[in-house]
Amino acid sequence: MSAPAYVRSRDNSRPRSRKSIALTLLMLLFVVYTLVPLLWLVINATKTQPELFSSFGLWFGSDFALFDNIAQTLTYNNGIFVRWFGNTLLYVVVGAGGATLLATVAGYGLAKFRFPGRRAVFAVVLGAIAIPGTALAVPTFLMFSQLGLTNTPWAIIIPSLISPFGLYLIWVYAAESIPTELLEAARIDGAGEFRTFFTISIRLLAPGIVTVLLFAVVATWNNYFLPLIMLSDPAWFPLTVGLNQWNAQATGVAAQPIYNLVITGSLLTILPIVAAFLVLQRFWQSGLSAGSVK
Amino acid sequence: MTTLSRQQGLPIPKPSRKARRDWRGWAFVGPFMAVFLLVFIAPVIYAVYLSLFREQLVGGNAFVGFENYLLVLSDGKFWEAFLRVLLFLVIQVPIMLVLALAAAMAIDSARLHATGFFRIVIFLPYAVPAVVAVLMWGFIYGGNFGLAANINDFLGSEVITPFTREWILPAIGNIVTWEFVGYNMLIFYAALRTIPTELYEAAELDGAGPFRVITGIKIPALRGAIVIAAIFSIIGSFQLFNEPNILKPLAPNIITSYFTPNMYAYNLSFAGQQFNYSATVAIVMGVITAVIAYVVQLRGSRKEDR
Repeated sequence: MSAPAYVRSRDNSRPRSRKSIALTLLMLLFVVYTLVPLLWLVINATKTQPELFSSFGLWFGSDFALFDNIAQTLTYNNGIFVRWFGNTLLYVVVGAGGATLLATVAGYGLAKFRFPGRRAVFAVVLGAIAIPGTALAVPTFLMFSQLGLTNTPWAIIIPSLISPFGLYLIWVYAAESIPTELLEAARIDGAGEFRTFFTISIRLLAPGIVTVLLFAVVATWNNYFLPLIMLSDPAWFPLTVGLNQWNAQATGVAAQPIYNLVITGSLLTILPIVAAFLVLQRFWQSGLSAGSVK
Repeated sequence: MTTLSRQQGLPIPKPSRKARRDWRGWAFVGPFMAVFLLVFIAPVIYAVYLSLFREQLVGGNAFVGFENYLLVLSDGKFWEAFLRVLLFLVIQVPIMLVLALAAAMAIDSARLHATGFFRIVIFLPYAVPAVVAVLMWGFIYGGNFGLAANINDFLGSEVITPFTREWILPAIGNIVTWEFVGYNMLIFYAALRTIPTELYEAAELDGAGPFRVITGIKIPALRGAIVIAAIFSIIGSFQLFNEPNILKPLAPNIITSYFTPNMYAYNLSFAGQQFNYSATVAIVMGVITAVIAYVVQLRGSRKEDR
């Protein structure tokens, strides 16, 4: 699926713009600011715990302990990190996958059908974006605990299923990229609405769907507040809550610092999501451009 | 195949069919709305319900009307937390948005080498979980083995002290800016790409310089994106929770249990079991946030009319 026509390269159409070294250098400063913490993380994931304290932060220690650290991270406490990784994957696949499906189908419905209550749906969902998570978190927890859902995966998955931003993006995207005449033609041919959707429309929506999916994946992968309040059993923790618990081990009465594992675990946590962004950047960048048209 | 049947002159649906009440859209929107009601609308209603009651030692749950609201509005801890996030927002949000705007314009200007590289690298922190971002920066700030410690050792004095009363807010502001500047940059960049090239050509013919192009074409075209980014940043600041809560073990005496309104609500319910009062704090913050977001949107769109 190619990018929409209006996302064209303008660089070619303005040959007179000269490249500026000064501007490039200025932006390099920005890049340094962005990369220093990540670089720090990568470098310090190669150090043993004593060396964390004894060597300079932005350079390697005398031992290269990265693989030791990874092995320790994966096996510490009977491999709880692997369990957290699995939990995170579960929440992402079901939560973000479900959120994308619901947002895509509903966004398409809002864009391509005129039905009673359509305006009300739109107003309520857009209004919901302005509701702070704060106002929802505690009542959601109390409600879920009445329903017996707390401390189960459902407490994380169900709230992750709703992405008002995703709905909005697909709505804008569907209005732009699916010609109404095409749908009418399919109707005349006798295709059912859902068949039309799954055979024709979904392909035209592909860049928008990838964008929504990617942002839903990030939101679920990085989710911290919700699992923090919903879960008390470490066996259901996602990586974010688990890592913070490891970090908290360093303080308190029976302090058992495992800084090297926290650092290596952090690195292992961000690698998949950063990789996904880099590999899929062509898709989400064109999808975002479409969302900003309105 | 579909175009073929239309060329053969098959009838196009008559307007009368459209005029009928058409419920088919609900088959698509229904599932989303069902879950939406459960996770958005129901908790809001439940929170309002909770805020009208109070758990009492004698007599159990008693209806108290708006008493909880009066208590919140005269609660010094709540206002201290509120003023802290307000101060945070007034300083951090403009800095972040101006940086994002500058980066977006630089990347869009076609005067930069390797634009794709800059775009993706500056956006990268958005993909880093807040927990990892705060842990990283927390280690870097830290006096044990962080970069701050390295620099202080080098200079032989305590120059960089992020975990003090004066510097904790800037330290948190730096983490939040690092996390979200690239995301906002991308929103602005996407909006800049939609400006038609002809506009630039016309400006060039009229002899407009780069500064005039920015104030005359780019900023007006970005107005909608700026309003949206500002609203999201304001909501994010009022909700500030992850960063101070994760930093708390590193600076336990400075980051209190009511450092931000969100932390206050959280600690009221999970440490203090004061669910009714906690729900009231959450609602008051929600209303304030919604009102401010609404005002920003109104002011933003009024400027657009000019």
